[in-house]
Amino acid sequence: MAEAMSQGRKATFSFARHSTGMIASLLFLAPIVWTVLSTFKPAQEARQPPLPPWPTTGFSIENYQTLNSFGDGLWVSAQNSIYVSVMTVLLSVLVSVLAGYGFSRFRFPFRDLFFVLILSTIMIPFQSILTPIFLVLTKLGLHNTLTGLVCVYVTLQLPFSIFMMRNAFDAVPREIEEAARMDGANNVTMLVKVMLPLVWPGVVTIALFAFLGAWNEFLAALVLMTDQSKFTLPVMMTALQSGRFGAIDWGAVQAGVTVMMVPCLILFLALQRFYIRGLMAGAVK
Amino acid sequence: MTAITATSVPARARSRTGVSRRQWVGLLYVLPAVAFVVVFFVIPLGMTAWMSLNNWPLMGEHAFIGLDNYVAILRDTRFWNALRFTAYYTVIVTIAIFAVAFPLAIFIEKPRPLTNLYRTAFFMPAVVGFASASLLWSWLLNVDSGLFSPAAFDLGLTEKKVNLLATFQPAFWSIIAMVVWKVAGFTMIILMTGLQSIPQDLQEAAVIDGAGPFARFRAITLPLMRRTLALALILSVAGSILAFDQFYIILRGGPRNQTLTAVYWIFNQSFVSFKLGYGAALSMVLLVILVALSLIQLWLLRKPEGLD
Repeated sequence: MAEAMSQGRKATFSFARHSTGMIASLLFLAPIVWTVLSTFKPAQEARQPPLPPWPTTGFSIENYQTLNSFGDGLWVSAQNSIYVSVMTVLLSVLVSVLAGYGFSRFRFPFRDLFFVLILSTIMIPFQSILTPIFLVLTKLGLHNTLTGLVCVYVTLQLPFSIFMMRNAFDAVPREIEEAARMDGANNVTMLVKVMLPLVWPGVVTIALFAFLGAWNEFLAALVLMTDQSKFTLPVMMTALQSGRFGAIDWGAVQAGVTVMMVPCLILFLALQRFYIRGLMAGAVK
Repeated sequence: MTAITATSVPARARSRTGVSRRQWVGLLYVLPAVAFVVVFFVIPLGMTAWMSLNNWPLMGEHAFIGLDNYVAILRDTRFWNALRFTAYYTVIVTIAIFAVAFPLAIFIEKPRPLTNLYRTAFFMPAVVGFASASLLWSWLLNVDSGLFSPAAFDLGLTEKKVNLLATFQPAFWSIIAMVVWKVAGFTMIILMTGLQSIPQDLQEAAVIDGAGPFARFRAITLPLMRRTLALALILSVAGSILAFDQFYIILRGGPRNQTLTAVYWIFNQSFVSFKLGYGAALSMVLLVILVALSLIQLWLLRKPEGLD
């Protein structure tokens, strides 16, 4: 009897837990699903309120096609976004792997000073130094270029990714290095052939954060990219949503939002454990 | 984040000249990073301070005017309004985020069937950018083509389609809802790491001693989570003080400029009115607030002495 009761209570608890979980999940996912579904409506239908969210007058990719007709087109902005994000990933990984290795394995003058200098930049909001960044980029001839934007994004990533990489290198036992050095490996081969495979999870984590950061950044791109052909997706879509290209085409806006969201969601789902690892590293330390 | 001191390399006995030459190579490794930070952060930071003491138009010569910009700030009621609104928004949104994120963190803390699935679902909006999320919600909130007003009208809840973005209260709470949707999953994960770091036997011992769930939460969970709570709090506060995307994209600072945040006002002064010197002075004020906050953070996150 008693066993049956406790089993009944367990079932009730489990039912309550899963219904709460399902409803909450639905609330978090609904806006995303709603948007993605309604982008496949024909333009005419997409102008109406999305009730129901799925297309009722036939499946269509019209919204994605019209997106390419505004200004320089979606494809140009998408290319800009891809270029900026990929370059930010490559450059920030390169710079932070080198720096992480340097900070972890060498003792040189000003080492602690440099480390503190780099980390302390997270205390200062980049929003407050945007104007001078604009002027510095102009001085360097990088004004209104995607490369200039990449430089800014790389700098913003550095405190987190150098901190991550230094910890990753710190966790590699010195014996491995010493053995490799006996075999005649010099510094660079050591780093690339011996150390890099061992800190690879850290590299994936910082690459993921760099990509998401660059892909989603809005304010710096809005301020620094003044030419429409240099707009990244968030800036381009905001221009479209503000009615800069005539009446607001909500179907096209949602199609653009989908293009912006989907890469982030896919990357996150594929690399979830690296993402959580990054968050933990930030949270625990 | 706070472990700024670098004490990873054990000090070893070494000859003063021989080893240190090899160690100098380390400088080469960190040089690119230092160059980036100096050129794109330290120099701009110094320039902000210098520009704030100048009248600095976009075109033409700038002129040194001492503290005049700062004196002007004192009289800039719209900046103070923006700052007041930012503070108000920060308090409300932080409470709202915690009110949602804490129960979620408790919900997903223990590994049970489907927990990973729920955790992923709750977290999904957090990887979407603020700009994407704002564009998405600006559509949901639109009076004609959106979701909320037409749905409420169709269900007979309102007599006509209400424009949620036309007046302050509904517009403000719409933003709060959007930000909570977007950020709660992130805060949840941070709080979860704190919950998981509490030793299980401590909870069990308290159960044996007859402590109820509420007493255990107050006496064990909260104190042992001090550092995690502080971190989540600071991240939320710092993020909210710097809020821009959602107010720019969804509300354009409206209705009637009531939702201009501090960063938004600096953006307007610097890049719409092109008063670069004045914008720099405003930036310095914001910067001081944020640095003060970081110092509070360092203090709150200090390692507990003993078992705390």
